[in-house]
Amino acid sequence: MEPLGWFDILTRIFMQFMPVWIALVVLFTLSIVYKRRLGLYGKLFDSTIGMVGFGLVMFWVFTGIFGAFDLIITHDPLAQVSSMKNKPPGTPIMGAEDGQYPYYLFGGDNLARDVFSRMVKGAWVVVQIAPLATLFAFMVGITLGLPAGYYGGKLDTLLSFLANLILAFPVILLFYLLVTPEIVDTGIPNYMAMVLFIFPLVFVAVLLNSRYRTQPAVRTPLLIGVLGVMGWLYLSLISQPGTAITVLPDALDLFNLQGGILVVFVSVVFVNSPTVFRIVRGLAMDIKTRDYVAAAQTRGERPWYIMLWEILPNARGPLIVDFCLRIGYTTILLGTLGFFGLGLPPESPDWGTTINDGRRLLQIYLHPAMVPAFALLSMVLGLNLLADGLREESLRD
Amino acid sequence: MKDSYDGPILEIDSLSISFFTRLREIPAVMDFSVRVMPGEAVGLVGESGCGKSTVALGVMQDLGKNGRIVGGSIKFKGRDLNEMSQEELRKIRGSEIAMIYQEPMASLNPAMKIGKQLMEVPMIHRGASEKDAYDRALQVVTDVKLPDPARILDSYPHQLSGGQQQRIVIAMALMAEPSLLILDEPTTALDVTVEAAVVQLVKELGQKYGTSMLFISHNLGLVLETCDRLCVMYSGEAVERGSIKDVFDEMQHPYTQALFRSIPLPGADKNARPLRAIPGNFPLPHERPNGCNFGPRCDYFEAGRCDAGDIKMFDVPGNEHHATRCLRFQEIDWHAEMDTGHGAEKPEPGRVVLKMDNLKKYYEVAANALFGKRGDTKVVKANETLSFEARESETLAIVGESGCGKSTFAKVLMGLETATDGQILLDNRNIESTPIEARDTQTVADVQMVFQNPFDTLNPSMTVGRQIIRALEVFGVGNNDAERRERMLQLLDLVKLPRAFAERMPRQLSGGQKQRVGIARAFAGNARIVVADEPVSALDVSVQAAVTDLLMEIQREQKTTLLFISHDLSIVRYLSDRVMVMYLGHVVELGTTDQVFAPPYHPYTEALLSAVPIADTRVTKKTIVLEGDIPSAMNPPSGCPFQTRCRWKSQVPGGLCEKDVPPMRQLGGGHQIKCHLSEQHLASMEPVIQIAAE
Amino acid sequence: MAFFLLRRIGTMLLTALCLTFIVFWLTNLAPNLEKLAKNQGNVRMTDEQVASFLQDRGYAQPLPLKYAQWLGVAPGWVIEGRDGTTRSRCNGVLENGVPPENARSFCGVLQGDWGYSTVFQDGVGSIIATRLGLTGKLMFWVMMVMVPGALIIGVLAGMREGSRTDRTLSTVSIITTATPEYVSGVVFIAVFASTAFGLRWFNGSATSAMEDATFENFTLPVMTIALYGMGYIARMTRASMAEVMTAQYIRTARLKGVSFPNIVMKHALRNALIAPFTVIMLQFPWLLNGVVIVETLFNYKGFGWTLVQAAGNNDIELLLGVSVVSVFVVLITQLISDIGYVYLNPRISVS
Ligand SMILES: Nc1ncnc2c1ncn2[C@@H]1O[C@H](COP(=O)(O)OP(=O)(O)OP(=O)(O)O)[C@@H](O)[C@H]1O
Ligand code: SF4
Ligand code: SF4
Ligand SMILES: [Mg+2]
Repeated sequence: MEPLGWFDILTRIFMQFMPVWIALVVLFTLSIVYKRRLGLYGKLFDSTIGMVGFGLVMFWVFTGIFGAFDLIITHDPLAQVSSMKNKPPGTPIMGAEDGQYPYYLFGGDNLARDVFSRMVKGAWVVVQIAPLATLFAFMVGITLGLPAGYYGGKLDTLLSFLANLILAFPVILLFYLLVTPEIVDTGIPNYMAMVLFIFPLVFVAVLLNSRYRTQPAVRTPLLIGVLGVMGWLYLSLISQPGTAITVLPDALDLFNLQGGILVVFVSVVFVNSPTVFRIVRGLAMDIKTRDYVAAAQTRGERPWYIMLWEILPNARGPLIVDFCLRIGYTTILLGTLGFFGLGLPPESPDWGTTINDGRRLLQIYLHPAMVPAFALLSMVLGLNLLADGLREESLRD
Repeated sequence: MKDSYDGPILEIDSLSISFFTRLREIPAVMDFSVRVMPGEAVGLVGESGCGKSTVALGVMQDLGKNGRIVGGSIKFKGRDLNEMSQEELRKIRGSEIAMIYQEPMASLNPAMKIGKQLMEVPMIHRGASEKDAYDRALQVVTDVKLPDPARILDSYPHQLSGGQQQRIVIAMALMAEPSLLILDEPTTALDVTVEAAVVQLVKELGQKYGTSMLFISHNLGLVLETCDRLCVMYSGEAVERGSIKDVFDEMQHPYTQALFRSIPLPGADKNARPLRAIPGNFPLPHERPNGCNFGPRCDYFEAGRCDAGDIKMFDVPGNEHHATRCLRFQEIDWHAEMDTGHGAEKPEPGRVVLKMDNLKKYYEVAANALFGKRGDTKVVKANETLSFEARESETLAIVGESGCGKSTFAKVLMGLETATDGQILLDNRNIESTPIEARDTQTVADVQMVFQNPFDTLNPSMTVGRQIIRALEVFGVGNNDAERRERMLQLLDLVKLPRAFAERMPRQLSGGQKQRVGIARAFAGNARIVVADEPVSALDVSVQAAVTDLLMEIQREQKTTLLFISHDLSIVRYLSDRVMVMYLGHVVELGTTDQVFAPPYHPYTEALLSAVPIADTRVTKKTIVLEGDIPSAMNPPSGCPFQTRCRWKSQVPGGLCEKDVPPMRQLGGGHQIKCHLSEQHLASMEPVIQIAAE
Repeated sequence: MAFFLLRRIGTMLLTALCLTFIVFWLTNLAPNLEKLAKNQGNVRMTDEQVASFLQDRGYAQPLPLKYAQWLGVAPGWVIEGRDGTTRSRCNGVLENGVPPENARSFCGVLQGDWGYSTVFQDGVGSIIATRLGLTGKLMFWVMMVMVPGALIIGVLAGMREGSRTDRTLSTVSIITTATPEYVSGVVFIAVFASTAFGLRWFNGSATSAMEDATFENFTLPVMTIALYGMGYIARMTRASMAEVMTAQYIRTARLKGVSFPNIVMKHALRNALIAPFTVIMLQFPWLLNGVVIVETLFNYKGFGWTLVQAAGNNDIELLLGVSVVSVFVVLITQLISDIGYVYLNPRISVS
């Protein structure tokens, strides 16, 4: 068989992505039709930049999700076809078996794996970890930043000192110290997970309690229900058989994170939270001078109600924008980790690791590194554009 | 340098200006004409958003990216500004036409010394040398009566007080002796006594330099004091134009009339002759009705005629300088008495509910926030020995300018701060040292507050109804959600808002409507004492009346004790039973409204009274201009707090005013004054305001 | 002002103490020490041997004591090992078990003794000094490219918000911020230094630049770091400039008849630079990240490369030295940024 030309390669890739295109078209049509009813999200569709950004982001999100169901990929990302080592894009597989896709669309890497399928699978790693890690970082940052900004004084001094302490650490040094197999053995990341992941629980508990303080009949069952479910999830998350923390018996343990992911997750949350803390603290200090906060105080609201229901919702604009930017930043961090070979297993298809693998032979073979590099670039670019669009639209009106 | 030209300085002819946004074209000014003659001061009055500033910026040809002049001409000394090139405009700006803005702090470059900012003007326009420019700057700063001009030239804007900054802005405008000065609400951000001094200065300088002025304001009283002619604007159009006398005394437009009826003039009385608010709301530029813009709110509206088509300016017969944009102006009986509607009974004050006794609140503050040494603190005496009583269904006004301690007092009463000394008795229970968390629900619900800034008093991300329901929940009103919802709707009825507003977000409400929601929320727990902190000062005049009226009405129904904090003596005189005047944390005068508004006055009350502009040509006022600014509470003067600005000080022998804080003196009938002046001097005081007999 | 400085320096020292202690603790955890022992001795050591190896070299002491010794506030250890040799922290292997005349008993950071690198077999002080010098060279050029470039782009874009220049420059800035160093570095090497594209304008490795930096071997690393930071600073500058340009006092200046170039230069610039200045200074710590990536990618053996080596091999004392230096870089830039902020912003007065 002849190697494919660039036109054929692109057409075939386009075809492979068909589920993603369909999903994107459906999503955009629905959103544009109902945009007037969708609040800030709807307004996004008034801004070209925002739409382009959202499109890019959703492209990778869908790619990640469909990729996880083995929809888009052409080959097993770990399978090696010996003749395909470092072959350029579009190379046909010699003696392809029946049912096997006959080409490596983006070529093969130095272990003769399919670059295209690895890129698609890599998206799933990012789409799984980045938003969730950012969300946790926000929970931690918000739960600590609100009281620091609202009360000020000693509490603020202490928390700010701690935040600055973490910020003064060069991120890479921190990663090198935390994400090594030796440290993982000591169980420190598990303990950190235990501490960091408790914040969402605290956050939701305080949120509900402050809202329904005046109606104990509603509050108590609600709290028990919600906290019960969250607590179970929490315990399942932190409890890992074979590590320092095994609190749940296997039967009750809902899921276990695959090796390395928990450490990576914890470190990323840990590095991101102080910045979120600082932002939230600044916003809280600003908003607490508003009259509606004074009005809440004069009707005797408790501090946590004021923080969570009067201050936080009105800080959402800058926080949403920062959330998007931060997912991008987290994606970059994940890549950095992969680049230094930290955390995730070496055969992992995530983009940082593949870039790192590919760069060794970069002078001769471009494609193994360039493909994931552009994937990461477009994803982060999308998030940045999305944040910009959101910022612009939230400033209007 | 200046050419001799004796035609009109500024001639605006059927000017129309639009802003172009993504959604639509917003016609901000339509068919607007005005003429300013040399040496003349023309006022431009109207409510917020009616297009006053847009006219001013149109004259300066600085409408921003999306603004455009879509019709008409603006001639300056006979030359059309629309047709000038950027270069020509640049030569005129600053040298021939100068503009002064509302916010002094924002119009000065924070990172440039005052001197440099002033000297720039002659250096650009006349190529003056640095030395000449400096001399000129020194002279102008002296002209605007700033102390120690050399030091001021060498300081940064943030080192001056608001009043001083505004004087610098004025000085900057006068640097090149322009022929036309445009003042856009030059004093709104200033305290009343400082405002009076700045207005006085502007008048003097206008005469001295022979400058023509276009004076923009929403305050009819100020325009009366400063201008020769005026033009009333409504929703993008000029509705009436004429000399001060014509418009104030012989008004020919229903809007002008309604405006005058909605502001408290001396003689108005909340029970016998209440104010009359203009019904309805100001239309947004893109929601203007057909025909007369004022139609939907006009008492004389005639369907089929007023809403038929565009209405042009008509000259009033017999007076070619007086014009009005009303079809029916000749049919209306302009002298008919206002229909006062309900003349309510004056409620009798009941028993004492709130009693303050020698209340003191001191703050310790770091001397310098950023670089301060530890332990280097100062004591700020925010409230000094406050004593008074308030009764059921009584309105007690607390009057004073910025920094006088009004807000601190409110905070202590609400329990957001605890008192340093003295006591607060609510129904004979001490609450001065019970912070709000420790108060029981009933006490919290009893004492509530209405805030000043309507744009800030509602949580922007919660529906109106939800916010009221939350207050009900906290105050323990109603047994379940349905009951509370019902009660919330009743509260909306109480403040005269449609029930549908419950589902709205605060940003969909106008300022006055938000303030009503604020009031509804305060009354959610059937408050018995309501502290209203400048509840109407941020609202437009036509809305002010409606909101004050509402407060009064609820008070009458619910027998509420109202503590009304304000700096505006006109409104205070209109609605309060008793008045307490504060200055720098001290109560300087306390008495019934009649006692406080008639001599003998405390010297500060006297100055305050003279400073408030009154929009009534029959009123003659004594002019008492206070020197300098209000001292900072961090650094109060020794002895009497008012001694730095008091004009009576020399009458007190032995420099007593500088040495001792005067005692509170009883003048009989509960009237108290904190002053060293002798009986004779007090007795010799003349009334500040006199109404000429009709 | 003096008080302010003192307080800041106090906080700085406290932060440095806390951070070094954390690093010290993490590197001295049992698995790390075991790895160290196996690296130093041989890989097939039994647990027993590891224990005695560590015991003999002072690693088995309690953590606070070890930390105090490293700091130089406690006397260094002298241990007679099970193998018969007596070792001391300050004077190495002791002949016949007694310290020589005038030997020091304290040898920690306070005495200027940074310890000994197990990887490079050299004093930590001298390693850091040379590596820091090399990185200094790199950073200097990065700053020279990045700061003026970013400010010019930001000011030009923010000067007339919404214009075509603004849109173009903003898009460029967004793209550069979305490109981490390991992506842009890879792309640069691919495009400018690989045989595949055949351009071969620059060198794909900067090893030779350590001795003699030339245009060929230094452009790519410098550009890689500068680009990422540039977009960020440019966006901050643009935002700040755009905000200043809508300020009332700019309108005042315009209506005073000041010409547009003068408005930008005299009135807007100083105000617009206040915010980005802080950002630029706070970029430093973050540039350190870029440095580590780029030095690894281009094989430039500077400070960042050393960090990777030290961390990868659990070279405790070198790692501590590296942390101290990087923490101080971060804290000193914060201090400078505060002082500069005060200088640029007359609204904050210094008593
Ligand atoms: N840049 C702009 N873009 C769109 N609409 C504008 C713009 N500037 C002003 N407008 C609209 O034009 C109308 C007139 O505004 P203008 O500022 O002239 O009112 P004003 O009488 O000066 O009010 P105020 O008393 O509040 O200063 C308003 O409805 C306003 O919303
Ligand atoms: S034209 Fe008609 S609606 Fe308009 S002001 Fe005159 S009477 Fe009123
Ligand atoms: S005590 Fe003296 S200074 Fe004070 S108000 Fe009376 S006369 Fe003026
Ligand atoms: Mg205006």
